[in-house]
Amino acid sequence: MAEVERHSYDVIVIGAGGAGLRAAIEARSQGMRTAIICKSLFGKAHTVMAEGGIAAAMGNVNSKDNWQVHFRDTMRGGKFMNSWRMAELHAMEAPQRVWELETYGALFDRTKDGRISQRNFGGHEYPRLAHVGDRTGLELIRTLQQKIVSLQQEDERESGDAESRLKVFAELTITKLTMDGERISGAFGYWRESGRFVVFDAPAVIIATGGIGKSFKVTSNSWEYTGDGHALAMRAGATLVNMEFVQFHPTGMVWPLSVRGILVTEGVRGDGGVLRNSDGKRFMFEYVADMFRAETAESEEEADKWYDDHTAGRRPPELLPRDEVARSINSEVKAGRGSPHGGVFLDIASRRTAEDIRKRLPSMYHQFMELAGVDITREAMEVGPTCHYIMGGVQVEPDTAATAVPGLFAAGEVAGGMHGSNRLGGNSLSDLLVFGRRAGLGAADYVEGLSGGNTAMDATLVQEYIDEALEPFSRDEGENPYDLQYELQEMMQANVGIIRTQSELDYALEKLDEFKERAGRLAIKGGRVYNPGWNLATDLPSMLTVSTCVAQGARDRKESRGGQTREDFPKADPEFGKINFVQRQPAGGSFADEIKISPEPLPEMPEELMAIFEEANK
Amino acid sequence: MSDVHMRIWRGDATGGAFEEYTMPDVEGEVVLDVIHRIQATEAPDLACRWNCKAGKCGSCSAEINGKPRLMCMTRMSTLPEGETITVTPMRAFPIIKDLVTDVSFNYEQARKVPAFNPPPRPEGGYRMMQEDVERGQEFRKCIECFMCQDVCHVIRDHEENKASYAGPRFFIRYAELEMHPLDTNDRRELVQEEMGLGKCNITKCCTEVCPEHIKITDNAIIPLKERVVDANYDPVAWLGRKIRRRTKRTPAEAAVQPE
Repeated sequence: MAEVERHSYDVIVIGAGGAGLRAAIEARSQGMRTAIICKSLFGKAHTVMAEGGIAAAMGNVNSKDNWQVHFRDTMRGGKFMNSWRMAELHAMEAPQRVWELETYGALFDRTKDGRISQRNFGGHEYPRLAHVGDRTGLELIRTLQQKIVSLQQEDERESGDAESRLKVFAELTITKLTMDGERISGAFGYWRESGRFVVFDAPAVIIATGGIGKSFKVTSNSWEYTGDGHALAMRAGATLVNMEFVQFHPTGMVWPLSVRGILVTEGVRGDGGVLRNSDGKRFMFEYVADMFRAETAESEEEADKWYDDHTAGRRPPELLPRDEVARSINSEVKAGRGSPHGGVFLDIASRRTAEDIRKRLPSMYHQFMELAGVDITREAMEVGPTCHYIMGGVQVEPDTAATAVPGLFAAGEVAGGMHGSNRLGGNSLSDLLVFGRRAGLGAADYVEGLSGGNTAMDATLVQEYIDEALEPFSRDEGENPYDLQYELQEMMQANVGIIRTQSELDYALEKLDEFKERAGRLAIKGGRVYNPGWNLATDLPSMLTVSTCVAQGARDRKESRGGQTREDFPKADPEFGKINFVQRQPAGGSFADEIKISPEPLPEMPEELMAIFEEANK
Repeated sequence: MSDVHMRIWRGDATGGAFEEYTMPDVEGEVVLDVIHRIQATEAPDLACRWNCKAGKCGSCSAEINGKPRLMCMTRMSTLPEGETITVTPMRAFPIIKDLVTDVSFNYEQARKVPAFNPPPRPEGGYRMMQEDVERGQEFRKCIECFMCQDVCHVIRDHEENKASYAGPRFFIRYAELEMHPLDTNDRRELVQEEMGLGKCNITKCCTEVCPEHIKITDNAIIPLKERVVDANYDPVAWLGRKIRRRTKRTPAEAAVQPE
């Protein structure tokens, strides 16, 4: 048998973004020997990309804010498809989680009286987002990273070994979760740096691997977002819920190629930026749906009054919800009125002075200047929808983050339910902290309650996993993983993207079967040491699994709601509003095994929470 | 369509050599895009780190034509047209493979920084004034690309100095904690005696390569040097400190919240 490195822990956390790090801090603080495993270097997680802030009803800027209002906003934003209990816990605990970050050393922007400043954001009734300029995600990661280092320093003082109770395994890919009967017993993977295989024996595993955006051609997500956690959890016997709900942010950069998909903040439109087609026409007025007519301006003249005085006119149509704007841009491009590179124009240059733009939107000014060579004070930006976030994910117990598999927990973007069919900006970072902590606690409680030791991974099984991982090296001729990834991204973008329809979804599922078959005969050149071709080959099965889940859910949910838009079913259907789509795969099987999808009733909200909505309607 | 010519260092800890690649020129690309196209076509095992591809994570540091740069932020159109572009791994760190280096030195240095140590948190959170957090915020913009470490001549060609030198990335961390309104740990002697602050002779190479435009030398290293001198050596400052009480704040002092 090839040489294998072995480790034994109480809890292993897969993923080192906000949720994973917060989970690890909690598990270690509860006395668990904890390992953090991540595909990138420590501190590089996709969380660093978050700009806007962390939503938490601290009431620092408007004292009327409280958890009930935050809960209400979150449920409304999610079109009531949220797990009500997750939304409740999230709203109640977010302020504590933010204040706690300051004890770890975070430096948030302040109000005049020295408290944490909070800013307005779409869908939030009051100013609610704690922020650090436009780099709040980076602050969150660095703060948690530094807290972990401080815990390691404590351990070093106590035991002489900084990694005795909390160790980071960076640049390590997990390819399997292992089971002892019905429950989790560990994980298997390899060091990307050396190609060496690693076995982790652990009774509890927390999945915090983020999202799936890398299955799409145009995305704001990093390469790590290949859906590993979703796929690992489902193959261990956990369920996925509502995977069809994918958020496409309306304004991503489309040009140059190097920056395709990178976000252009909503703030540009909030500060007066308007969308125009190739005829120079401000087209959003043509796309105001009936349900938004009452609150949306009818003419440019009326809309333009709103920016300076929100009471002087109704809202400009550029500020309709994300899904509405994204759809409209899509229609303009399809009608042949797009910009040269397949987007539309976002114009602030003709609307504000150069000085004003640089002052209000410094990061956007620099982003376009440095990455695109475009001076947004002089010319329009080219923008289009970009795959941004998945609301669906691994189904969990709200209080403990436990999945259907004993010993397996999930938190952060990989978990489903919290955001319903559409996530509000700012609710992601708070989600990471609230449910990261709860997953750490849940795992620690679970491990403490176990009787008897954990079984070590069976040597025959380990050999089987090794053989499977090395198989692509054995072929001289076969599929190129880069080509397959490229085709997958093109296909998903074209058929399971922002606007979906029956025939395209059927076609997508056929293509996915074909891709899975091709993924079975990948061929890799070179050795195992830091080989990106091989690394991609080990990510591809997960990408194919989650792509199938999204396409299946999109096919079965015959309605339009939040992050699911069906051209052939353009309205929300109250009957589908009572249904979660839940997906399963045979435990312990192959990635290519059939995925079963079934409708299950959405849990009903208790009366005391219903009252929060009735109160608001009075 | 014209071509771009790339000369990329390939190899590992035991040695290596430059390999040349020619790719069609595609408008609007950055260096990392070209590397990705080489991976997808000619060299599937060409190793490089990357992550966000938006200049926010600091993963894809390398040396382009001899200068430390983020590959995702270096537009091909800004490089000399028609000339071969040379890409090498960061020189200050041991090679793992191709453009990937072993940056664990930095994580070891991070663990040597005595942790942030605040007073207990009052109900409803700490109070701090914006002007007091702003200095630290500048240093917290750091994306840990480690290019300032790479370019710093104290360690770039002097492996032997690494044992006693934290480097610019961590000098800004020491400065940040030193200037944090709530912190009570005094690290001034440590940073001078064991972290090699004195070895820095403020050539500002680090500031020049910082992709976040942090004024590492002017705003962190020089003030840190002044505070160290203030704490330890200068009798006039010592006397001044006696009068003005410029010691590191005590836990009790840090706990006093601004009105």
